[in-house]
Amino acid sequence: MENLECACASEQKLKRENPKSKFFYWFWGLVLLGIWTLLYKSLLPFSQWFAFSLLALKPGSHLGEAVQFFVYDTPKVILLLTLVVFLVGIVRSYFSPERTRKILAGKRESVGNVLAALLGIVTPFCSCSAVPLFIGFVTAGIPLGVTFSFLISAPMVNEIALVLLYGLLGWKIAALYLFTGLFVAIVAGFVIGRLNLEHYIEDWVLKIRTDANVVTEDKKSFEQRIEYALQSVKDIVGKVWIYIVIGIAVGAGIHGYVPEDFMASIMGKSSWWSVPLAVIIGVPMYSNAAGIVPVVEALLGKGAALGTVLAFMMSVIALSLPEMLILRKVLKKRLIIVFASIVAMGILLVGYIFNLVI
Amino acid sequence: MEVKVLGPGCPNCEKTMNVVMDAIRESGIMANVTKVTDYAEIAKMGVLSTPGVVVDGQVKCAGKVPTKEEVISWLKGE
Repeated sequence: MENLECACASEQKLKRENPKSKFFYWFWGLVLLGIWTLLYKSLLPFSQWFAFSLLALKPGSHLGEAVQFFVYDTPKVILLLTLVVFLVGIVRSYFSPERTRKILAGKRESVGNVLAALLGIVTPFCSCSAVPLFIGFVTAGIPLGVTFSFLISAPMVNEIALVLLYGLLGWKIAALYLFTGLFVAIVAGFVIGRLNLEHYIEDWVLKIRTDANVVTEDKKSFEQRIEYALQSVKDIVGKVWIYIVIGIAVGAGIHGYVPEDFMASIMGKSSWWSVPLAVIIGVPMYSNAAGIVPVVEALLGKGAALGTVLAFMMSVIALSLPEMLILRKVLKKRLIIVFASIVAMGILLVGYIFNLVI
Repeated sequence: MEVKVLGPGCPNCEKTMNVVMDAIRESGIMANVTKVTDYAEIAKMGVLSTPGVVVDGQVKCAGKVPTKEEVISWLKGE
């Protein structure tokens, strides 16, 4: 901050409000972006130098490949994640669950499902507030199915999953994941809405009346949005980096040591049961996207079929035991089972379609 | 002055509680702080994402841990 004082002093007269701030943020933003690009560009040569020159491992050897993969992918993914979380943070600063509720209240079902799934991507949401959010949505008159579309899409289609898929597997798979994730959220929510399950919401929830207009919107300034985005980088990257490191280490191990096509027999296309098996294993597993994607990447590299792997990943991220236990507070058991089965079926469908098409 | 900290007990809610206590101590303003953990109560106040802070019945923030300075400004009624 200090060294910028002088750079700003000359321009101070030009700016009336926040004399330093805007310039300060843009200046450092550009500097950091430059450093970011330089770092990103030098990762591949560095990882090769590190593994094959510094450690003198043989290119093509198991250990050499595993080390190079780890040294390349870990910083790459963390760099990508930092940038994207920051940008998403800026976008998210324009949204809040309260605002999303206001948008969704009074929307018809089909339109509502699509909108809810899309808003699930950009609305800041943490599964620990799934319950107040659920109550707030339902009691403000948002249909149950629309609420579920949001609750499915919010954890499943998130920037962490997309960045990791992009960084490790390329944009095509990231885009596939985005669209199929939205598809599952929209369709599952729509089906739940058609089934008229409102009476399986705990009775005390329905007695509460809330108004979608109560919460005052706070206007954020440019600086506050930047601060918000920086804070989310600190929170998210600070929380998930360890999972990324562990995930990539496991992935690197699989890369270097598991024989090529080992997975083809278990998770390959030929076996029809591989998709349901992947979902059954995936549902009780609880991991965030950060931990699961590097493993997914390694599995794909060893001959697992894309549909099976996507199904596995979606079921791990979208359906988790802890979240269902939290939701049990507001939903009767039967509705939770219906919710889990419908989402699981949607994921199965995605898995089969991909195995069939690709 | 009534201050309510809303949250089911996640780490961020604990942090918010500490920030609020610090702010009260620092500003020297007399305030009664209660912790609201009941989901129904939280929802009734119109808060959809925890942690939240309510000062004299008015929702001041939701979905993030406020800074001490923010809390002090709410206490002072700014």
